[in-house]
Amino acid sequence: MTTPSGEEMPIASSDDVVRVRQVVRAAAAAAGLSLVDQTKLVTAASELARNTYAHGGGGAMRVERATGEDGRKGVRLVFTDEGPGIADVDRALSEGWSSGTGLGLGLPGARQLCDEFGLRSEAGGGTTVTVAKWTR
Amino acid sequence: MTGGADDTPIAELLRSWREPVLGRWIELVGETVHGRLSEAEVRSELTELYGLVERALEGDTAAGDELRAALAEISRGRARHGFSPTETAVGVFALKQSLYEQIRMTRDQRAYSELIDFSSYVDELGLATFETYAAAREQVIADQADQLLELSTPVVRLWDRVLGVPLVGTLDSARAQIAMETLLQALVTTGARYAVIDITGVPAVDTEVAQHLMKTVMAARLMGTHCVVSGIRPQIAQTIVALGIEFGDIVTKATLADALAYVLERSGLRVVGEPEG
Repeated sequence: MTTPSGEEMPIASSDDVVRVRQVVRAAAAAAGLSLVDQTKLVTAASELARNTYAHGGGGAMRVERATGEDGRKGVRLVFTDEGPGIADVDRALSEGWSSGTGLGLGLPGARQLCDEFGLRSEAGGGTTVTVAKWTR
Repeated sequence: MTGGADDTPIAELLRSWREPVLGRWIELVGETVHGRLSEAEVRSELTELYGLVERALEGDTAAGDELRAALAEISRGRARHGFSPTETAVGVFALKQSLYEQIRMTRDQRAYSELIDFSSYVDELGLATFETYAAAREQVIADQADQLLELSTPVVRLWDRVLGVPLVGTLDSARAQIAMETLLQALVTTGARYAVIDITGVPAVDTEVAQHLMKTVMAARLMGTHCVVSGIRPQIAQTIVALGIEFGDIVTKATLADALAYVLERSGLRVVGEPEG
């Protein structure tokens, strides 16, 4: 399902969030996503990378070329951190709820922007968010 | 090693072959920096270094420290003037080659064994040079990033009492803060009634960027200035909708031209074309 050309990069500073955007944009363009879909994926990556940095205490992102269940090609991103985890996943995914001072749209927004969204987290055990975007 | 405690054979060799070895070293370095440094500059630099190497090898620790300081100074200079890492490091390593050529020519067997020790000594100096070079480059990059931060948030006058803030690049918290401060300061000095914030050059608008924009607009509004956000491209518009960001009553336009037209109209100004002919 996944090509082995995964690329992993650390997210340890706000500069890394910028680099994540650049890497994701390049990967999305290489996978043949439209300009709108590229922008959506980059924006979702930006939100998730900032969460990883700000709430997860830093972590990493892996970018990989992938193929969806219906055979469409695309890009999958996996964000991992070893942070405090999310105690109430349902609440974190609802719009307008924020643990910090943000708008509370980051996580639900990222889900809206992508075709595939997976979140695994437990209190104290870190968080893994997987998103994917397929070509049309 | 043979020789006296305060005079190692390699130092002796360097001293007795000063003329040819130093000459060849200058020649080798001159080839790598061709044109960017004059021969006289290279000569004076290397002559000083050569003297320090001689003294350091004799066991003069003060000269050793001085040698490292001089190398650090030279590599910092190279980094600033855009020399490549290879060109910088070769400057040091070329001394090895120069000495080796001399030993081969004279077929001095004793000198060959000395060359190995000397070689690792020069390697060590070369690596130290390289480290300073890298540190200096990092500094140059950090300085440029700071300069860019200052340069990239200009506030321009679009019309009488209408300001424009063209934002280009990543809008992180630091940039957003500077943009807001520059705009608010300009509002005070110009007494502008309208400000157009153009985000055509911002590659991605996520919740953080949106929040910064909204705060800037709110702050300007408190000062009595009406803000328009322009440069919303189609892909950005779709992303903002998908993210669920509400810009509320903030006026947004697709292009800077639309925003300017809107502002002029609100000011009661009309652009009239002069009849041709």
